[in-house]
Amino acid sequence: MIHCVLHDPNDSVAVVVTEGVKAGQQLTALILDEDRTIEIPCAADIPLGHKVAMKSMAVGDTVIKYGTDIGKVVAAIKVGDHAHVHNIKTKRW
Amino acid sequence: MSILTKDSSFWGFRRENGRVGVRNHVIILPLDDLSNAASEAVAYAVKGTMAIPHPYGRLQFGADLDLHFATLIGAGCNPNVAAVVVIGIEDSWTQKVVDGIAATGKPVVGFGIEGHGDHETIMKASRAAREYVQWATEKHRVECPIADLWVSTKCGESDTTSGCGSNPTVGNAFDKLHALGTTLVFGETSEITGGEQIVAKRCANETVRAEFMRMFNRYQDMIQRNKTTDLSESQPTKGNIAGGLTTIEEKALGNIQKIGRTCTVDGVIDKAERPTHPGLWFMDSSSAAAEMVTLCAASGFVVHFFPTGQGNVIGNAIVPVIKICANPRTVRTMSEHIDVDCSGLLQRERTMDQTGDQLLQMMVRTINGRFTAAEALGHREFVMTRLFESA
Repeated sequence: MIHCVLHDPNDSVAVVVTEGVKAGQQLTALILDEDRTIEIPCAADIPLGHKVAMKSMAVGDTVIKYGTDIGKVVAAIKVGDHAHVHNIKTKRW
Repeated sequence: MSILTKDSSFWGFRRENGRVGVRNHVIILPLDDLSNAASEAVAYAVKGTMAIPHPYGRLQFGADLDLHFATLIGAGCNPNVAAVVVIGIEDSWTQKVVDGIAATGKPVVGFGIEGHGDHETIMKASRAAREYVQWATEKHRVECPIADLWVSTKCGESDTTSGCGSNPTVGNAFDKLHALGTTLVFGETSEITGGEQIVAKRCANETVRAEFMRMFNRYQDMIQRNKTTDLSESQPTKGNIAGGLTTIEEKALGNIQKIGRTCTVDGVIDKAERPTHPGLWFMDSSSAAAEMVTLCAASGFVVHFFPTGQGNVIGNAIVPVIKICANPRTVRTMSEHIDVDCSGLLQRERTMDQTGDQLLQMMVRTINGRFTAAEALGHREFVMTRLFESA
């Protein structure tokens, strides 16, 4: 069972692709660009399609997905946390 | 590997100007909002025809009026359309649309309502429509080389599964179609924000790159002029956010997965403008789903790839819209809307090459005549893009 996917091995977030992911679970993450899996701990209940943090990040850090900048951290994030609009914001507009 | 080669063919309707359509519509096309009632009455009276009502066409001016005409004329010229009856409130602008469509050589006639009233107009237009539909229904599909195909793409109600699954599936199919000499288009200018440098790098040459950046910056300026917030209420949309997308950059990077890995951006067109050679084109366009698909139809594209995450139910009056989804919950809860289920990609059950081929297989079945989910469900969205207020 693949629980989450990331595009690039350096991505700081991964996308949960199954329903019912819970805090305390060990997640299997598929790196799409390399077709290999890694394990990460999950620290929150995360809905299908939402992101899990692959590493801890401080306010002001840049969030990387697709190997590219997708925005900035606005509230501290720990590895395994739910990463979304409550702790990440756009750098545009 | 691809299921299609340069020798592949499909069954289409070759029109008077050489272009190939995959549907055989006889449309009743209102010039303006006032002519919707008569157009719908004609479509009701003459079976096998389709009215395309819309809310605009009065007191528009300048570039906004030009786009109105380009959209209507482009829709009529689309090779999925066999013949057209135009109905307008007055003769002059009605004739302008008729003349624009007549350049293709296809049967087209117009009727103005002023001085006659709805009843007489409906009677005359119905006689013409009945002749057209009997003529069109005798047209046969003929074998056409795959290079004659024009394919558009735009995604909607995207979520994070779009960027991981359904959009790169379209990208894989676009890479394969590009190599076969087809004509392709993508757009959604605002939804490239954060990925514009990646698109710029994919442009075939400096001229295309400069024109792409000019159009991208023009759209950004429009947003800066009109915005009242940081747009976080609109881009990403509430549906996008519910689906897990957090920022416009993340949405854009998912969005541009649709242009694959290898195909180059070979040209840039403005809204509803026609490409002049095969290859992948960028069209400066709205990111609103029905507006963008309507612009693709007006540019002459005959089939559309529409990846969705949360489950956009869109169709189009002129072009079949093939919906592709990688979200396992959407595929389960909204199965009647999904033509291609590529959710297996996210469980490592299928490769991108396989889902790309799966989409191409559904594309071939669709262009040969199979109804898409949206066609079967009666989705005929036709939405004009407006540029500014009426005079």
